[in-house]
Amino acid sequence: MLEFQSISKVYNPGTVHETLLFQDFSLSIEDHSFVTVVGSNGSGKTSMLNILCGTIPVESGHILIGGQDITKMKEFKRYRRMGRVYQDPAKGTCPTMTILENLSMADNKGKPYGLTRGTNKARIQEYKDMLAPLGLGLEDKLGIPVGNLSGGQRQTLALLMATMTPIDFLILDEHTAALDPKTAEIVMELTNKIVQEKKLTTLMVTHNLRHAVEYGDRLLMMHQGQIVLDKDGEEKKNTKVDDLLSIFNSISIECGN
Amino acid sequence: MILGILEQGLIYGILALGLLITYRILDFPDLTVDSSFPLGAAVSAVLTLNGMHPALTLLCGMLAGALAGLITGFIHVKCKVRDLLSGIITMTALYSINLRIAGKANVPIFGTDTLFRNEFTRALPAWISDYSTVLLILLITLAAKLLLDLFLKTKAGYLLRAAGDNASVVTTLAKDQGSVKIVGLMIANALVALAGAVMCQQQRFFDISMGTGTMVIGLASVIIGTNLFKTFSFMKSTTMAIIGSILYKGCVSLAISLGLEATDMKLITAVLFLLILVAGQAKRKKVRIHA
Ligand SMILES: Nc1ncnc2c1ncn2[C@@H]1O[C@H](COP(=O)(O)OP(=O)(O)OP(=O)(O)O)[C@@H](O)[C@H]1O
Ligand SMILES: [Mg+2]
Repeated sequence: MLEFQSISKVYNPGTVHETLLFQDFSLSIEDHSFVTVVGSNGSGKTSMLNILCGTIPVESGHILIGGQDITKMKEFKRYRRMGRVYQDPAKGTCPTMTILENLSMADNKGKPYGLTRGTNKARIQEYKDMLAPLGLGLEDKLGIPVGNLSGGQRQTLALLMATMTPIDFLILDEHTAALDPKTAEIVMELTNKIVQEKKLTTLMVTHNLRHAVEYGDRLLMMHQGQIVLDKDGEEKKNTKVDDLLSIFNSISIECGN
Repeated sequence: MILGILEQGLIYGILALGLLITYRILDFPDLTVDSSFPLGAAVSAVLTLNGMHPALTLLCGMLAGALAGLITGFIHVKCKVRDLLSGIITMTALYSINLRIAGKANVPIFGTDTLFRNEFTRALPAWISDYSTVLLILLITLAAKLLLDLFLKTKAGYLLRAAGDNASVVTTLAKDQGSVKIVGLMIANALVALAGAVMCQQQRFFDISMGTGTMVIGLASVIIGTNLFKTFSFMKSTTMAIIGSILYKGCVSLAISLGLEATDMKLITAVLFLLILVAGQAKRKKVRIHA
C-alpha cells in the first residue's frame, strides 16, 4: 500500500508568488495496481509524483509505503524500490555514454558501484535479446552514444533502464508525450507488458485519454490539487474517452472558462 | 629546450587529467586546483627535506590533494554553495595552509636527493642521464593516464561520468549524486597535486605562487587536445589532454623564445588561452554555417 496522508504543499512560501497546491490531500494505492492519472495543465500531477519520489518537500502530511513513513527519506534512497521515467526523453539516460554503458549501469542498480568492470560482457547477449523485439534497431547500436538516438529510442531505453532491476513501484510522467503516435504505442505496449510481468505498482500520468482508459485498473482525474474522479474495477472498464472529455469540459465551465 | 617543454608538458599533462575530470566529466569549474597544485608541491618539498623517499612524497602530495577536493566537495554539496565559489573558498584557505606546510614562500630542495637526481641517476651513463628525467616523468604521466582510463571503465567510473552527464540518472539509480561529485573532486585534485609534487621534484623548489594559473593551463590543455583530435574517435580523451598540454607548453615556450620575458609567462598563458577559446568558437560558427 502506498499512501499520501493529508499532504499540504505550498510553492514559494512567504513570497508574493506563494501558491497553495495541495491542502489535506490524501490518496491510497493498493499494491500491484496500475493507476492512470489525467488532469488539466497545472492540476498538480507532476507535483504529486515529485512529492512521492522526494524531489520536493511537503509542508505537512505523510507519505507511507507499506506502512513505513518515508516523508523524511532522501530522494535517492526512495529510488531503491522505485523506477521513474520522465516526460523529457533526455532525462532518463546519459547522452555521452553508450547504450551498453547506460544499460550496464542500470543493470547494477541496488548493488555497489565499486572498482569492478563497468560492463559485464556476459550480459551483452541478454541486453540484445531485450532490445531486439522492440523493432527499433537498438540491438545493433550498443556502442553508440545515447545522445545520437532519437527521442523515442531514448525513451524506450529509459523505460528499460528504470525497470531492469527488481523494483516495486513505477512512476511515469507523460512518458509518451514527446513521441510520435507509432512510437508512443510501442512504448505504451512495452510499459504495459513490463508492469504486468513484474507486477509493479504503477502511477502513470498521461494526457492521452485513450491510454488512460485502455490501460491500468484504476483511473484518477486531478484538478487544482484535488482528485475529482476516481474509478476502478468495472467502473473503470466502462469508462470511455468521451466520458472523460465531457467531465473535463464540465470542470472547465465550472471554473468559468 | 625541447626536453624542457616535454618535461613540463608531461607534468602539466597530469594536471590536465585532473581538469578533464572536473571540467569535462563533472562540468564543475573547480578553482581549487590553483591551490592544490602548490599543495602537492609543498608537501613533497617538506617531506623530501625531512628525508622521506621522494617517490613516497608524491603519494602524500596526492593524499593532500584529495583532501582539498573533499573540502571543496563538502562545501558545495553539504553547505550548498555554488560550484565556482566552493572552489574559490578552498583555494583561498589553502594559500595559508600551503604557507604553513612549507614554512615560507619559497623552499628550495637543491641540497637533497630528488626523484630525478639521486644515486641511481648519477650512476647512469651520460647519454641516458640527460633523458632520465623526461623518461621518468613520462612513466608517471602514463601510469596516471592508464589508471584513470581503467577507473573510468569501472562501475564507479560509470557513475562519475553519469553524474556529469545527467545527474538525475544517478539519483534514480538510488545513488547520492553529491557523494559521486565529491569523489570526482577528490580524484581530480589528487591528480593536480601529483602534478604539483612532480613539478616540485623536477624544478627542485616549491614556490607559493607556482599555482597561479593552474586552472587556465589545465583547461587550455584539455580544450586544445579535445578540439584538435575531435575527429579521432579511437583516441581517448585522456591522451588528447596530455598531448594538448605538451602543445600548449610548447606554444608558451615559443612565445618566450620570441623575445618575451620569463616573467611574462602568466600573461602569455592567459592570452593564449583566450586565443584558443576564441578560435574554438570561430570554428564552431563556421561549422554551423556549412551545416
Ligand atoms: N517549482 C515550482 N514553483 C512554483 N510553482 C510551481 C512549481 N512547480 C509547479 N508549480 C505550480 O504548481 C501547480 C501544479 O504544477 P504541476 O507541474 O504539478 O502540474 P501538472 O498537473 O503536472 O501539469 P502539466 O499537465 O502541465 O504537466 C501549477 O500551478 C504550477 O504553477
Ligand atoms: Mg506535469
